Amino acid sequence: MTHYLLRRIGQSVIVVILVSIATFLLVHLLPGGAAHAELGVHVSAGAIRQFNIANGYNLPLVEQYFVYVGHLLHGNLGYSYKLNEPVRTLLWMDLPKSAYLTGIALFFTIMLAVPLGIYQAVRRNHPGDYAFTSFAFIGYSMPTFWLGLLLIAFFSVYLKWLPPAAPQTPTVGGAITDPKAMILPVMTLAIGGVAYFSRYMRSSAIESLAQDYIRTARAVGETKGGVLFRHMLRNAILPIVTILGLSVPALLAGNLIAESVFNYPGIGLLFWTSASTRDYPTLMALTLVVAVLTVLGNLMADIAYSFIDHRIQFS
Amino acid sequence: MSLDSELENIDDESKRISQLVRPARKRGANVLAVFRENKLAMVGVFILIAIVLFCFLGPLVYHTNQISTNLINANDPPGVGHPLGTDNVGYDELGRLMVGGQSSLEIGITAALLAGFFGVFWGAIAGFFGGIIESIMMRIVDALLAIPILFVLLLLAAIIKINQFNLTLVIAVFSWLVPARLIHGETKRIRTLEYVEAVKGMGGGAARSIFVHVIPNAIGTIVVNITFQVADAILALAALGYLGFGIPPPAANWGAMLSQGVTYLYAGEWWLIYPAGVMIILTVMAFNLIGDALRDAFDVRLQVR
Repeated sequence: MTHYLLRRIGQSVIVVILVSIATFLLVHLLPGGAAHAELGVHVSAGAIRQFNIANGYNLPLVEQYFVYVGHLLHGNLGYSYKLNEPVRTLLWMDLPKSAYLTGIALFFTIMLAVPLGIYQAVRRNHPGDYAFTSFAFIGYSMPTFWLGLLLIAFFSVYLKWLPPAAPQTPTVGGAITDPKAMILPVMTLAIGGVAYFSRYMRSSAIESLAQDYIRTARAVGETKGGVLFRHMLRNAILPIVTILGLSVPALLAGNLIAESVFNYPGIGLLFWTSASTRDYPTLMALTLVVAVLTVLGNLMADIAYSFIDHRIQFS
Repeated sequence: MSLDSELENIDDESKRISQLVRPARKRGANVLAVFRENKLAMVGVFILIAIVLFCFLGPLVYHTNQISTNLINANDPPGVGHPLGTDNVGYDELGRLMVGGQSSLEIGITAALLAGFFGVFWGAIAGFFGGIIESIMMRIVDALLAIPILFVLLLLAAIIKINQFNLTLVIAVFSWLVPARLIHGETKRIRTLEYVEAVKGMGGGAARSIFVHVIPNAIGTIVVNITFQVADAILALAALGYLGFGIPPPAANWGAMLSQGVTYLYAGEWWLIYPAGVMIILTVMAFNLIGDALRDAFDVRLQVR
C-alpha cells in the first residue's frame, strides 16, 4: 500500500515536470519570440536585444528552463507585463473566487445527482427514469455557454428576477455577500454537473443493487430505506469518488466558460483575458497551476478510493 | 490411398469445419444488425443525415451572400427573404447556419479521425512493447492529459494563426490522448491472449501482431471512441468560437454566431441565439446517440448468439 502510494506520487511529480517543460517550450517557440509578444510588432532591434538580456532570453534554452524552475520553486510564477502585477498576486486574488464558485456548484451537483441516480436505479425503465435519462442526455450534449445564455434569457431578460452578471468584486467576500448574483453561474455549472454525475450514479447503483449482500440484507428483514442507505449507498458511492477526482479538468473547463459568460473575475476569466491579450507569463503560470490541480485530483481519487474501500489491494 | 484423394479428404474436412465456424464477415453484419434495431441510433443517424444535407446541399438551393457585409439590412427580424433574420452585420442567419455547420462538421470529423488513428498507433505500440518504451510513451500521454483541453486550445490559439487547417490540427493534437489510453489498455489485454502469443512463437513480428491481431480486435473500442471524439471536438470548437478564438470572419462558426448574438439578448433578438444553439445540440446529440448505440452493438456480452 505504502509502496503503491509512493509510486503514484512519483508518477505525479514526473507528470508535473513534463507539463512544465511542455508549457515552457510552447511559449519559447513563439514566432518572433517573447519580446515581440510583450513589446508589440513595431520595436527596434536594440529594444528587443535589451528586453532579451533583461529577461535572460539570450541564455541557452536549457539554462533558461532551469532559471524558470528555480523561480517556480521559490514561489515566483512570473510577472504579467500586461497587468503590471506578479502572477502570484493575480492568482491569490482570483483563485479563492473560483474555488468558491466551483465549490458551491459541486455541492449542489452531488446533493442532486446522488438521489437522482438512486431514484433512477430503483425505478429502472419506468417513465421517471426515461425522463431523467433524456434530461441527462440533452444536458450532456449542451454547450455550457449556451446553457448559461438560456438561463440569462429566461431569468434575467424575461422574468427579470436575477442579475445577468456574477458579482463584480475583487475579493471573495464580495461574492459571498451577493448570493443573488451567484445563482445563475452556480445553476449553469450544477445543471451540467447533475447530467454528468447522475448517469454514473445510476449505473453504479444498478450494479450495487444486483449484488448478493443486497439480497441478504432484504432476506434478514432490513427495511427498504435501510437497504438503500445502509447497504447500497455505501458501495454505490465509491465510483463517484473516483469520477469526482478525475473530473477536475471538466470542472476547470466549465468554470472557465461560466466565468466568461457571467463575467465572474476568477482564474478562468483571467486565463481567457490573458489569452486574448497574449499575456504569456500569466498563461504559462495558469496552465501549470491547472495541470497541478488536475494531477492532484487524480491522485486524490486513487488515494481516497483505497482508503474508503478496504477490499482493494494494490500491488 | 493416393495423395490426391487424401488432399481431397482434407479439403472436404476443412469445408465442413468452415461451415461450422461462423464466417469472418458475420461479426460486422452482426454489429450492423444490432445497431439497426436500436431506435435511438436510427434517430441519431436521421438527425445527422438531415444536418449534413442542410449544411452542404442547403447553400446550393438557398443562395445567400456570406462574404460581404450589408449594414443596411443588419439585425432584421425573420421575414420575407430572410426566414431567420439577419445578424449585426447583415449576414442572412439561415445561410450562415449552413456555412457554419460545414466547418464544424469538417473540422470535427477530420480532427477525430486523425486523433483516432494516431492514438491507436501510439497506444498499440506502447501496450505491445511494454517496459521502458511503454513507461515513457504513457507518461507523455499523462502529462498532456493533465492540461484540460479547453486551456490548451486557448493557449495554442493565442500563439498560432487560426485557420481551418491549423484548428483541425490543434484539436487533433490534443484529442488523441484518450484513444491512446483506451487502446493501450486493450492491447495489454489482447497481447496476453494465446493466439497472439502463438504468432510470436511462430516467428511473427511485432508489426504483424499489432496490425493483424491487436487492432482488429480493438476495432469496437476505436470506432466508438472516434464517434464520441467528433461530438467532443464540435463542442470544443463551439466553445472556442464563443470565446473569440474561432476562424475569423467572414468564415462562419456556430460558437461565434452565439457570442455576437449575446449582445442583442436584451433587445429580444431571439433569432441570433436559439437557432445556432439548437444546431450545436442536435449535432452533438446525434453523434452521442450513434456512439452509444455502437458501443452496445460492439459489446459482445450483450449480443444474442
